[in-house]
Amino acid sequence: MSTGLLDPGAIRPTVLARSNPVTKLAVATLLAVVLLLSVDVVTAGTAVLLEVLALPLVGLGMGGLLRRSAVLLVAAVPVAVLTVLVGVDSGAVLLDAGPLSISTGSLESGAAVGLRVVAIALPGVVLLATTDPTDLGDALAQVLRLSPRFVLAALAAFRVVDVLAEEWQQLGLARRARGLGGDGLLAGVRDLAGRVFVLLVIAVRRAAVLATAMEARGFGAGEGQGADRTWARPSRLRASDAVVVAGGVLLAATATAAGVLAGTWQLLLT
Amino acid sequence: MSPLLSARGWGWRWNARRAHAVQGLDLEVEAGERVLLLGASGAGKSTLLAGVAGLLDGGPDGTGEEEGELLVDGVPAQQARQRAVEAGEGRARTGLLLQDPQAQTVLARVGDDVAFGLENHAVPPERIWPRVDAALDDVGLRLPRDHPTSRLSGGQRQRLALAGVLALQPQLLLLDEPTAMLDPEGAAALRGVVAERLAATGAGLLLVEHRVDLWVDLVDRVVVLAPGGGVLADGPVWRVLDERGDELAAAGVWLPGRSAAPGRGGRAQPRRSGTAGDGLLSLEGVAVGRRGSGARVLTGVDAQVREGSFTALRGVNGAGKSTLALAVAGLVPPVSGRVRAHPALAGGLAARRRRRPWGSSAAADDPAGWAPRDLVSRIGSVFQDPRHQFVAQTVADELAVGPRRLGLSEEEVDVRTTELLERLRLDRLARANPFTLSGGEQRRLSVATALATRPRLLVLDEPTFGQDARTWAELVDLLAGLRDAGTAVVAATHDVELCDALADTTWWIGDGRLRVEALVGAP
Repeated sequence: MSTGLLDPGAIRPTVLARSNPVTKLAVATLLAVVLLLSVDVVTAGTAVLLEVLALPLVGLGMGGLLRRSAVLLVAAVPVAVLTVLVGVDSGAVLLDAGPLSISTGSLESGAAVGLRVVAIALPGVVLLATTDPTDLGDALAQVLRLSPRFVLAALAAFRVVDVLAEEWQQLGLARRARGLGGDGLLAGVRDLAGRVFVLLVIAVRRAAVLATAMEARGFGAGEGQGADRTWARPSRLRASDAVVVAGGVLLAATATAAGVLAGTWQLLLT
Repeated sequence: MSPLLSARGWGWRWNARRAHAVQGLDLEVEAGERVLLLGASGAGKSTLLAGVAGLLDGGPDGTGEEEGELLVDGVPAQQARQRAVEAGEGRARTGLLLQDPQAQTVLARVGDDVAFGLENHAVPPERIWPRVDAALDDVGLRLPRDHPTSRLSGGQRQRLALAGVLALQPQLLLLDEPTAMLDPEGAAALRGVVAERLAATGAGLLLVEHRVDLWVDLVDRVVVLAPGGGVLADGPVWRVLDERGDELAAAGVWLPGRSAAPGRGGRAQPRRSGTAGDGLLSLEGVAVGRRGSGARVLTGVDAQVREGSFTALRGVNGAGKSTLALAVAGLVPPVSGRVRAHPALAGGLAARRRRRPWGSSAAADDPAGWAPRDLVSRIGSVFQDPRHQFVAQTVADELAVGPRRLGLSEEEVDVRTTELLERLRLDRLARANPFTLSGGEQRRLSVATALATRPRLLVLDEPTFGQDARTWAELVDLLAGLRDAGTAVVAATHDVELCDALADTTWWIGDGRLRVEALVGAP
């Protein structure tokens, strides 16, 4: 599957890229929570600026980043435009067309909302781009102590998604070969439902075979018997992970401080 | 010393089923013995392997009901599996390899996938990687540990799954139709690796396989399970195959030295290309590419398909056979060049065709531009996996889908459906759900659905893949009959026997080009 988002290719192994996936997850979560506290241009703008400046540390070039985050950037634009047009007006009105109006106030909140989407999304993009799903699974099970059964089942399911994408295409062609399709929206929807059903049947059968193959290799047999499974790829936190977390805290604090100093920062809940 | 495997009056009934999958089985297998397990489909061979692997739980929360006993190394199979895991040495009693290579890969990287079993057996990490490397080497997969499993071919995938099993150093290898879904090269490679590892480790083998001819030299004993339960025959390979040969052949087992091909000199014989009729379809400078990336795999294809001909599309995996078949079938347009349907195939489509409202320039002789209902009455397609093509709840409805799309009267639909049901021995299954049929039945049904609209051209992708000898012979007869009645058949296939039996033209694909080879001479 090459959605770009999950393609771990062409990343330079920097300190940040090689830090534990759980660390990256923690930093991304921290930034998201802090940025959700307030909608203002200065805080969100500062965060985006600092994040972009930090990119070289991630090992991800601007080009690679744009390619991976295109979907999210495209999402940020309509959100911002919508806020500009229908958001609460304040300040000087620049354009008035009935329910749609643009004022300096709505322009500002539009920019703030758009920037906030980008600021929250960027760390997520970096997390996905620099982390292999298997490594994330290892970290979740070993560092966060999530159930190995759950983590491995999720990893195996993740791999099956690839296969199902291929099956989906095959199903589309096979239905044309049966003479189906090509007669209107309603029939098309019904046809789609049939295709989804067959895909589910195939997916369930595959999952059953995979479960058998996994159990035959001892999966789930040692649980609760004092014989815990081991991990071939040890995942643990190192000193460098503390540095990465400190960097994340610093970034969040700087952005918030900038907002507060500029007087634009306002807690959303109040 | 007690035998490695011992079944005494063993039986198993799955929870949702009324009948037992296996019943009253008495069987002993000594350490290091190599046993081939035969029996009609539904005789419970796969269930027995799962049982021996310790995967059947007959307890209160289990998946079925167990009777008698099934002992591995003197303890119940499930317990034997449990103990092997708890010992923490990464030594399994048994190792199970299943049929479908795609469905057995657990993780995204080659090394991780092999390590998976060792981790489950609580082997310390530092001792895991040397064993992973050794297992990959043993199966001949010389790839870096971080090689993505998504880039493996079917044959490589199956050897990867075998590496995962061998890394656990099992005393008894359980193989459930391991080569049924592989091409001939992949099957031979897998068999070679198994032979070598058995010799090197002295492990035993319990094998379920239709392709007896491929494996017969490797086993020293054959056990035939009876469909109702119990053992039908048990003894040295050649004695059992001699005494039970006819019975086994009738049940679809591929036996060595017996070709499944129906009487040579009958209908199934290649025609000479001179006897073929009018042209139906031309490929003119066609190039085809991978879906998604669009990278060209095959270019400059010029060839023609004639009525009453059988064209075999051959070449190694990944050469572009299936992709070219999709273009011939009008399912995917070529990347460049033209696929042109002659009037004999297009059948008045040009005259009837209304101009498209959006002014598309799709020509009436381009099958990829035809509406689905125009396509099915002209070109029929049979996919490699029959399940992809099923769209109805019952076998009878499945056959009626195409004729109904053509707007035929219900009477005519009924006539065609009934005729096909009888011809392909599906009449007793008319009310069954297509997904519940056996592999051979599904294959026959998928071919029947394509025939229901009486297309002039039939395109098949690996029609004989994984089929037992009986279904194979039926397919060959059926295709010979169609060809003789004037239908053109194009089949992408690895099956040399199928080509020998039917092909008058072969399209060889290799190095991105297509070479046409026609059988010439008087009949």
